[in-house]
Amino acid sequence: MINGISINYYLLLSTVLFIIGAVGVMARRNSIIIFMCIELMLNAVNLLLVSFSTLHNDASGQVFVFFIMAVAAAEVAVGLAILSMIYRNVKSIDTDLLSNLKK
Amino acid sequence: MLGYTITQWLFGVLSFLAIMFALMVVFSRNPVNSVLYLVMTFFCIAGHYLLMNAQFLAIVHIVVYAGAIMVLFLFVIMLMNLNEDTEPQRTQITKIIAGVAGGLLLFVLVGSLKGTEQLQLQSYGASQIGLVKNLGKVLFSEFLFPFEIASILLLAALVGSIMIGKKDIK
Repeated sequence: MINGISINYYLLLSTVLFIIGAVGVMARRNSIIIFMCIELMLNAVNLLLVSFSTLHNDASGQVFVFFIMAVAAAEVAVGLAILSMIYRNVKSIDTDLLSNLKK
Repeated sequence: MLGYTITQWLFGVLSFLAIMFALMVVFSRNPVNSVLYLVMTFFCIAGHYLLMNAQFLAIVHIVVYAGAIMVLFLFVIMLMNLNEDTEPQRTQITKIIAGVAGGLLLFVLVGSLKGTEQLQLQSYGASQIGLVKNLGKVLFSEFLFPFEIASILLLAALVGSIMIGKKDIK
């Protein structure tokens, strides 16, 4: 180890961030927090893409991250519109109350 | 400093902060605090991008995530007037099961990554591909068509969110 950082540390960091997001999705009932945890998982993957792009000195990975950001922005806009619509109808965003399709 | 270079110190500190703030996002009871901790996590990830000399992505990350997406989250939380008292909580047993499942997933993934080759990021910090000039050249030559498609996607999202958010569609 002279100057750089081994790719393994980036792999570990991304894995840990991804799993924190996954645990958040499983452990919380507030839809908005679940949504935020999905954003966290997306960012863990983005970080790994950028680090591999730097490793291979290839710009395609960073362009791909740019497109992922555009898709994430679109996803958040539509998702939050759906959540505010649910809140208007059900007066709550608790995921356990949204079980109408089960009946 | 203890045999580590300044880059390695920065990497360690940023990683530690990112993981701590990410944990706070999941464990904080007030949704507004969760949003603010997520903004801090995004700043730490932007720091990682800067460390890899991906300057364009670092700026775009701050502008899009911390600037636009998280403000949108904050607005929606404030519109719904969510706070600690209205926060639904899972039962203790479900939380423990979620923690155990996450721990097992971590165990499997780390186990599968353990044997990987130790590759150094060679041109670390001196890499030129992340600069606005070079990334722009790639984006507007090789990836021009996907770039235009992304604009259609954003337009569709815009129309879709307005249609969903409208009170009554005549």
